[in-house]
Amino acid sequence: MSEQTTHDKGVEVLPDTSDHDAIMLEASGAKGDVLLEVDHVTLRFGGVVALDDVNFQIRRGEILGLIGPNGAGKTTCFNAMTGVYTPTEGTIRFKGQEISGQKSHKINHLGIARTFQNIRLFPEMSALENVMVGCDARHKTSVLGALFRAYRVRPSEEEMPQGGIRRSFAKVFGISRHTLEERAGRRRSMELLRFVGIADRAEELARNLPYGYQRRLEIARALATEPELICLDEPAAGFNPAEKEDLMGLIRRIRDLGHTVLLIEHDMKLVLGVTDRIVVLEFGQKIAEGSPEQVARDPKVIAAYLGEPDDAA
Amino acid sequence: MSQLLDSYRGLQLGNRWDRAPKWVRSVGLLLVVAFAFYLPFLNILPFAYIRTDLNPTGSDWASVLFLIVVYMIVAVGLNVVIGFAGLLDLGYVGFYALGAYSVALFGSPSSPVVESLQSRFGLADDWAVPFAMCIPIAIAMSLTAGVILGAPTLRLRGDYLAIVTLGFGEIIRITARNLDPITGGAAGITQVPVPPGPEIDGRSFFNTIDAERWYWLALVILIIIIWLARRLEHSRVGRAWLAIREDEDAAAVMGVAGFKFKLWAFAIGASVGGLAGLLFGSKQQYVEPNAFMLNLSFLFVAMVVIGGSGNIVGVLVGAFLLTYLPERFRELQEWRPFAFGVALVLVMVLRPQGLVPSRRRAREFEDRRHEAEEAAADV
Amino acid sequence: MDFDALINGLDRHTLDGITRGSIYALVALGYTMVYGVMKLINFAHSEVFMVGTWTVLGVYTVLGAEAGAGLGMVIGATLLALIAAMLASAGTALAVERIAYRPLRKKGAPPLIFLITGIGCSIVLVETFGQVLSAFFGPPFGRVTVNVPSVLETKVVFTIPGLDLPVTNTRLLIIIGAIVMMVALDTFVNKSRLGRGVRAVAQDPDTASLMGVNQDRVIMLVFVLGGAMAGVAALLFTIQYDITKFDIGFIIGIKAFTAAVLGGIGNLRGALVGGLLLGVVEVYASQVWDSSWTDVTAFIVLVLVLMFRPTGLLGESLGKARA
Repeated sequence: MSEQTTHDKGVEVLPDTSDHDAIMLEASGAKGDVLLEVDHVTLRFGGVVALDDVNFQIRRGEILGLIGPNGAGKTTCFNAMTGVYTPTEGTIRFKGQEISGQKSHKINHLGIARTFQNIRLFPEMSALENVMVGCDARHKTSVLGALFRAYRVRPSEEEMPQGGIRRSFAKVFGISRHTLEERAGRRRSMELLRFVGIADRAEELARNLPYGYQRRLEIARALATEPELICLDEPAAGFNPAEKEDLMGLIRRIRDLGHTVLLIEHDMKLVLGVTDRIVVLEFGQKIAEGSPEQVARDPKVIAAYLGEPDDAA
Repeated sequence: MSQLLDSYRGLQLGNRWDRAPKWVRSVGLLLVVAFAFYLPFLNILPFAYIRTDLNPTGSDWASVLFLIVVYMIVAVGLNVVIGFAGLLDLGYVGFYALGAYSVALFGSPSSPVVESLQSRFGLADDWAVPFAMCIPIAIAMSLTAGVILGAPTLRLRGDYLAIVTLGFGEIIRITARNLDPITGGAAGITQVPVPPGPEIDGRSFFNTIDAERWYWLALVILIIIIWLARRLEHSRVGRAWLAIREDEDAAAVMGVAGFKFKLWAFAIGASVGGLAGLLFGSKQQYVEPNAFMLNLSFLFVAMVVIGGSGNIVGVLVGAFLLTYLPERFRELQEWRPFAFGVALVLVMVLRPQGLVPSRRRAREFEDRRHEAEEAAADV
Repeated sequence: MDFDALINGLDRHTLDGITRGSIYALVALGYTMVYGVMKLINFAHSEVFMVGTWTVLGVYTVLGAEAGAGLGMVIGATLLALIAAMLASAGTALAVERIAYRPLRKKGAPPLIFLITGIGCSIVLVETFGQVLSAFFGPPFGRVTVNVPSVLETKVVFTIPGLDLPVTNTRLLIIIGAIVMMVALDTFVNKSRLGRGVRAVAQDPDTASLMGVNQDRVIMLVFVLGGAMAGVAALLFTIQYDITKFDIGFIIGIKAFTAAVLGGIGNLRGALVGGLLLGVVEVYASQVWDSSWTDVTAFIVLVLVLMFRPTGLLGESLGKARA
């Protein structure tokens, strides 16, 4: 657990005090298996070719970087993976199953989550509520279940209410699954907020949070959906070097929890420092793939960025 | 300036209520409910001035109360559609009509449907489907209609959905008017049954004279509906609706099945509308197409929006004002539509968040206003 | 279902339909333009039309124009009525924009509020003619159908040879009038500088502002143009049907809106296509089915189009249908 704190215009991001066991991911496959396959994917918008015969794989447990100059197609790639766009040609497979063209929420249920380049939180909900929406994705209570609370469960000792009437009531009638899932969701959401270091502002409205908190909140919300693959779209945009250091630690901890990470970033230092492998796109085509050292030395990559890329994100 | 004061005042009350200890809130609610039940008997001056039957031309007070509560039920149901899920529905009267027609068509011994069933199965002339059975029929019919209407149309943009629902409401009414062999046509259906109850004074428990019993029945149903609506609001479903309203695409990526929740909102709203219609038709004991004109849909939406959409207390206030005031000033009947139009424009232009907006909604409107002002300033 | 009545008079019915549809098309222009530029369904537009019809009645009354008047009076009264109706309708549309929609735009209100306010304005206008004015001035205002003098006498101008179908001057005037106005508007929007501004705002309001287009002015222009077209439609309507009523806007409005959606909302040519098509379909349906169902034809067409092809026949040129 990181002992570092960073300062975001006078606001402290707290160290990770979360219970990792509570938020560990139960992955369903072995490390190193192919998790996601982008298979000869082409994506055309009218005359514009956003992705041109792109091929790569993501293996379980790795942190893969997706880099390239602006307009290379990185976010388009994310959008194709998460059901926002449908590939014109080619397929995308997740755990062997074809997901290209499926609906976004179905893809999320299969195990892919993402953050957005331009932060799309639910502005009028608190930080906690935002994350709870993510937890809801895994809850089984249906609309009728929420309405009539008929599906009741014998609660464990911790879940039982303490005093008199309510305790007897719970003993006889159990507690509705909905209530238990709400409580579990709330607990898990708080753990995730602690994990990303923003638990002190859990009840604040998302739109009032400082920028750094908002970015982290997006990550917490995505993690709440229990994704096997989490896609981070420029999570360090606008961060100062200390915050970026902290973020690198966070990404590693996310991987340690069992998630696989796909990362779009412009900051070379961050990408080279935290990723296991990198895929490079330019004008919608893959121009390089390999370990950070290989890619950093690849002349095509250097040419694409026109020289030494720097920290100006 | 007055807007600042208004919202400040509003917030105070809401906050104080929330912070009060549980027993205070429970006792307060009980007092309000008890007072509501007492209302038909309110005779103490000066409070009695709120009654509508102080002069001979006024409507029966208990009947007015009944209508207010029925429209409150409508408002709570429509609030699920418009306020919680953020869908535009301008044809809610269609579901209301379906509920009323269901109890009429199946429960009245003189309805064409019942008469054909009587002859088909050799039943007595005064047989009809028992009232208790009519309730699930009414709810099922409106729910089905809601699903049939919603399934192909909920993917449309907001204003398009509004027009389709408007068209639907009118289609229901015109069909009821034209399909004489099934719906009784423009003449309507009489002998609509009433809820079962003990016979008192030689009359059935629910009749046209003792209107307060209808009022209390409706009040009980309203309380149940409000309870269920709040349950939904503070559940994962309410959260999903809020997420869909705020950013449907981001919600989808977070696993929220937008279409499913929207369709559920529509179906739930439709069922509640049907239930309200059933109450209305049953008390009238007479159902005819002219009772379900388009302006009733506009009135329903106005209740929700003027009251403060998304906020159950707000829509109750809206329903009360828009039902009570016209009845109170019945002498000026000819002017009612004009006053309604003017009130609608004034409230919408001056206070679009409604009279009693939920705190969340009030904040949303503030945000939108700032964004609009900034956008204007940029250029 | 009576197909014989339809087949027997198919030519007559088609002409009927085209005449009716031309009026729908002109009113539809107002809906389609406002939607194209503001993504707003202007509920009050039906009353903009209604005000135009009353203006025509007013002009005729003031001039003392009646059936059987001399040619000079006929032409003069009709022209004057046309201009007055266009001005009155455009003015009403502009007033609605300024009083109701503009403050909401400045506040960034959500679409539902705009719709409700539009409905409120519509009710206020309807009731002004149905109740307020009749309370102050008595007849002809009030909740009754009022006759408009048929200043222009219906005369058969020519007969289509092969079909033996008489074409009257009124029908001719309506159809040609509608087409002329349509072409004029289309030319204006596509060729003039102001028209370019309209198209720019319809496609991307923010960029248009950055390019120096005054959004408020464009919106006002669109309301004025749509209103003027409705004014023309109002005159043509009174020529054909000789009546007006306080709530005449409602049913014409629904049909015109259906026509706009049918043709492709936001698409000017679509308004013409949609209007003509709807008019013809309506007349055919009234022959085949019992007349009590004809009003619902428009609704059914509307609901079906929105459910299965919300972009309309010609597609939306200036906006998107699906959420």
